[in-house]
Amino acid sequence: MSIIEVKNLKVWYPIRGGFFNTIKGYVKAVDDVNLSIEPGETYGLIGESGSGKSTIGKTIVGIERPTSGSIIYKGEDVTKGRNRKKLKYNRDVQMIFQDSLSSLNPRKRINDIIAEPIRNFEKLSKTEENHRVKELLDIVGMPKGSMYKYPFEFSGGQRQRIGIARAVSTHPKLIVADEPVSALDLSVQAQVLNYMQDIQKEFNISFLLISHDLGVVRHMCKNLSIMTRGRFVEVGTREDIYDRPQHIYTKRLLAAIPDINPRNRQEDTKERLRVEAEYENDEKAWYDKNHRVLDLKPVSGSNTHYAAVPESNSMVEQGGK
Amino acid sequence: MDKEKDNVLLEIEHLHTAFRINGKFYNAVDDCSLTLRKNEIYAIVGESGCGKSTLATSIVGLLDPLNSKVKGSIKYRGQELVGLNADEYDKIRGEDIGMIFQDPLSALNPLMRVGDQITEALYYHTKDSEAERKKKALELLKRVGIPDPEGTFRRYPHELSGGMRQRIIISIAVACSPEIIIADEPTTALDVTIQAQIIDLLKDIQKEKESGIIFITHDLGVVAEIADRVGVMYAGQLVEIGSVFDIFEDPKHPYTRSLLNSIPQAGELGDRLHVIQGNVPPLSEMKRSGCRFAPRIPWIPASAHEENPSYHQVGDGHYVLCTCYQTFHFQEEK
Ligand SMILES: Nc1ncnc2c1ncn2[C@@H]1O[C@H](COP(=O)(O)OP(=O)(O)O)[C@@H](O)[C@H]1O
Ligand SMILES: Nc1ncnc2c1ncn2[C@@H]1O[C@H](COP(=O)(O)OP(=O)(O)O)[C@@H](O)[C@H]1O
Ligand code: SF4
Ligand SMILES: [Mg+2]
Ligand SMILES: [Mg+2]
Repeated sequence: MSIIEVKNLKVWYPIRGGFFNTIKGYVKAVDDVNLSIEPGETYGLIGESGSGKSTIGKTIVGIERPTSGSIIYKGEDVTKGRNRKKLKYNRDVQMIFQDSLSSLNPRKRINDIIAEPIRNFEKLSKTEENHRVKELLDIVGMPKGSMYKYPFEFSGGQRQRIGIARAVSTHPKLIVADEPVSALDLSVQAQVLNYMQDIQKEFNISFLLISHDLGVVRHMCKNLSIMTRGRFVEVGTREDIYDRPQHIYTKRLLAAIPDINPRNRQEDTKERLRVEAEYENDEKAWYDKNHRVLDLKPVSGSNTHYAAVPESNSMVEQGGK
Repeated sequence: MDKEKDNVLLEIEHLHTAFRINGKFYNAVDDCSLTLRKNEIYAIVGESGCGKSTLATSIVGLLDPLNSKVKGSIKYRGQELVGLNADEYDKIRGEDIGMIFQDPLSALNPLMRVGDQITEALYYHTKDSEAERKKKALELLKRVGIPDPEGTFRRYPHELSGGMRQRIIISIAVACSPEIIIADEPTTALDVTIQAQIIDLLKDIQKEKESGIIFITHDLGVVAEIADRVGVMYAGQLVEIGSVFDIFEDPKHPYTRSLLNSIPQAGELGDRLHVIQGNVPPLSEMKRSGCRFAPRIPWIPASAHEENPSYHQVGDGHYVLCTCYQTFHFQEEK
C-alpha cells in the first residue's frame, strides 16, 4: 500500500493580459502527472529548472491548489480541505525547502521555529516541549545550545538540518524535500543526506526528494521519475533509468553529468555530442505537435519502467542495442 | 626568450589578499603561488569560503582598495600587476585577461542591449570602426552558439535564459582574444545540460586561442571534465597541486581525499556518505599557525602534523602542503 498517490494531477497557472485582464492561456506547470510513494521509501523527482518539480511538491503539501486531479492519502482525496483536517494531513505531511534561511522566520529563535508545528497539533507543557526540541536537535546532530539562537547564526548546512528537525517534529509520514542540498557544499551535502537517511530509518518516513542532481537521486532513491515541461518523460527504478534510459531527454541529462574520472573525458564528450545531435535531429518525434511530452508507455520486458516514447519506439527491447 | 618562459602566462607568487573586518585585516588568500601556462586549464577547487573568489578578484584587480590589501606578486607575461593603478588595470582586463563570473545577470548591464555591451568592449580595446565592431559582435554571438545572433544582438539581458546570458558573458570575455580567462563558477547556476554546453564551449575557445584559463569551481565532476592542472584550496591556501590525474587517481592531502570521498557515487542504495567534520572557519577565527585542516581530522594525532606545513613534492609537478599524508587514514579505516 502506498503512503500517497498522486493521480492525473494538473496545475495550470492562468496567463492574463489585455485591457480586460482576461485569461490568454495557461502555464501548464504540471500537466497530468501520476506517482505513488511507498512507506519508508525515498522517491526521486528529477528535472531541470522550470520543469514543474516544486509545483508538484507544493501541491502535495497543500500550498498550491490543483487545477484537476487528486491526491489520495489513507484512501481519501486530500485536495479537499475537509479530508485534510479529518486525516490530520497537515501534521503527517511536511516540507523542507532549498533555501532554509528564507523559509525559517528570521526573528524567531530556533526552539520556537522547531516547536511551531508541534504547537499546532499537540498540547505539550513547556518542559515537555523543550525536551522534545532538544531531542530533535540531537537527531540532526545540533548542540542543545542552538535552541536559543537565531537562524542567521548558523551556516547553510546547519540551517538545513534545523529545517529537517522542524519537519520531523510532528512525526510526519511523508516529507517533501525540495532541493534540500542544492545550495550546500559537497561535504555538508553528504551530512544532510546522511541525516535524512537516519531519520527515515528511525521513524519510517517517506520522502519525495526533488532535485536536479542525478547523482544525489541515484544515491538516495530506488524509484524515480524524470520530468520536463510539466510532464514525466520516464519513470522507473534507478537501474531502469540510469542503466537503460529510453527517452532522449533522459539520455541527454545522463550524458551531461560530469564524470568523475578524467580519463573518460574524450569519450564522454563524444557521447554527449552524439546524444545532443540525436536530440536536435529528431526532437519532434519525442513530443506532440503542441510540444507536449507524449504519454508514458510501459517499456517491454519490465513492470517498473515507463517512458514517453513515440509509437514506433515503444516496443524497443529493454537494454537492446 | 626560451620556450618554457614563453609559455608562462601568469605567475603568482606568495599572494596574500586581506580584507578589513572590524578594523583589522585578515588574509583570505594566504600565501598562494601558482603558474598558469599557455593552453592550460587550471582548476581551483574547494568548499565555499576557502578563498577561491578572492584569488580570482585579486588577479583581475577588482578588489575594493579601501577594505582590502594585496601583497605578493602577480605577473602577466613578466609584467607585475600588483600595484597597478585603475587605468592600467582597465587596459589589461578585457584585452589580456577576460573574466566570466557565476551570475551572468549581475555581470550584464540590465538597461543596455546585449549587442551594445559586446561592441562596447571592442570600442575600449580595439581601433575597429563601428561597422567592424558590429560585424565582430555578430560573429562572436554565433561563435558562442547563440541561435539567432541578429535578433539576440538587439535583446536586453532579462529577455534571455541563464544559459544564453552566460554565453553573452563569454562572448564579451573573449571579444578581444585575451590570452587568459578567469572563470569563477561559470556554470554553477546552470542546469546540467547547459553546463555541459558551456564547458564544451570554453574548451573549444581555449584550444582555438591557445589561451590559459583559471577555472574556479566547487564541483569535482566539473574539474575532472575540464582541468589540466588542479589546485585544491583550503582556508586560503593551496593544499595540493597536481595534474588532474594526480588529484583524482593519487590524491595525497587529507582534504583532497575527504572531498573526493564525499561525492555520491553509483554504489549501493543508501550507502553512507563521507562527511568532513566541522566547517571552513570564518577569516577572523582562522588559525594562522600549524595545519589549518588538522581540526577537521581530530582522530589524527598531533604528532603526525607538521608544525609549519611546507610544500612537499610527491611527483612530477605534484605538491602537497602536508607531511601527515603519509600516515593519514579515514576514521573508518583505522
Ligand atoms: N505562481 C505561479 N504563477 C505562474 N507561473 C508559475 C507559478 N509558479 C510556477 N510557475 C511556472 O510553472 C513552471 C514550473 O515551475 P516550478 O514548479 O517552480 O519548476 P521547478 O521547481 O522544476 O524549477 C515554470 O514555468 C514557472 O515559471
Ligand atoms: N569583501 C569582503 N570582506 C570581508 N570578508 C570577505 C570579503 N570577501 C570575501 N570575504 C571572506 O573571505 C573568505 C573567502 O571568501 P571567498 O573568496 O568568496 O571564498 P570562495 O569563493 O572560495 O567561496 C570568506 O571567509 C569570506 O567571508
Ligand atoms: S600534516 Fe599538516 S597539512 Fe597535513 S593534515 Fe596535518 S596539519 Fe594538515
Ligand atoms: Mg523548484
Ligand atoms: Mg566564490
